[in-house]
Amino acid sequence: MISACVTLGLAVGVYAISFGVAAVSAGASTAQACVMSLLVFTGASQFSAVSVIAGGGSIGSALSGALLLSARNGVFGLANSRRLTGRLPTRLIAAQLTIDESTAMCAAQDDPVAQRAAFWITGGSVYVFWNIGTLIGALAGGAIDPKTFGLDAAIPAAFVAMIWPQLRTSRGRMAVLLGGGICLVSIPVLPIGLPILAASLAIMVGIRRDGVTS
Amino acid sequence: MTWTLVLVLAAGAYAFKFLGLVVVGDRVLPPVLERCLALIPAALIAALIVKDTLSVGHHLVVDARAAGVGAAIVAAWRKAPVLAVIIIGASVTALLRAVS
Repeated sequence: MISACVTLGLAVGVYAISFGVAAVSAGASTAQACVMSLLVFTGASQFSAVSVIAGGGSIGSALSGALLLSARNGVFGLANSRRLTGRLPTRLIAAQLTIDESTAMCAAQDDPVAQRAAFWITGGSVYVFWNIGTLIGALAGGAIDPKTFGLDAAIPAAFVAMIWPQLRTSRGRMAVLLGGGICLVSIPVLPIGLPILAASLAIMVGIRRDGVTS
Repeated sequence: MTWTLVLVLAAGAYAFKFLGLVVVGDRVLPPVLERCLALIPAALIAALIVKDTLSVGHHLVVDARAAGVGAAIVAAWRKAPVLAVIIIGASVTALLRAVS
């Protein structure tokens, strides 16, 4: 599990290089790019903000799009609050590490100890590599295209592996199908970022209490 | 690019993370809510897979990523470890791009 967490961190880190490049070419200083990765630490939001600015958009439109993309971390935090118990300072750090990858890796584990370990190792390794990558990209410019190595597919492939345990229950299978389906039909019509939030509606399959197949 | 954007975005992004994880905390919730919350990773990760595999902006597309993620699904179904699933997904996509 640890090697999978670290590999995922590395793959995300290569993306951070292209974030660093994109941020600097959108007019950010190296310090601004690095502070953004340290404090915002939400890849999709960061990419969206710099691409709006690069396209000549206003600060307001850059902010609203980026915040919409980060809203799902609130939903992830809610799910993780069931697993990540602990004192307030610990939770405040855990909040910053609440992202797609750490949540997915955590949810893929069976027992509470492994869930917490997966969250911290994945969140920590993505945090470290994301910030190193940003610095390299901001300083060095565009040397590596992640697509050459298929890294754009590495991330959804990792999600496939992590979602697998959710398919064991009929409720889990329904939530997966419904969540994916809602996203698919809403991508062409909803603003970027909303399809992922809209998929939250699929959790309503949990309302019915069933004793049939668990 | 301004510091205002960087800092406001940082505060907003952290607020979302904080809200879910810290405000609700480990309070005991009604069973029906617990059942629904347990399904969040299933629903949202499925959505992320769909978005990362089949879309560019608002457009639905089928490209080399779909083949890579398809291979990853087969690998996960054959009980391959997570690391292998990631490598298979990336390398099938990269290979397909290299030959096309």
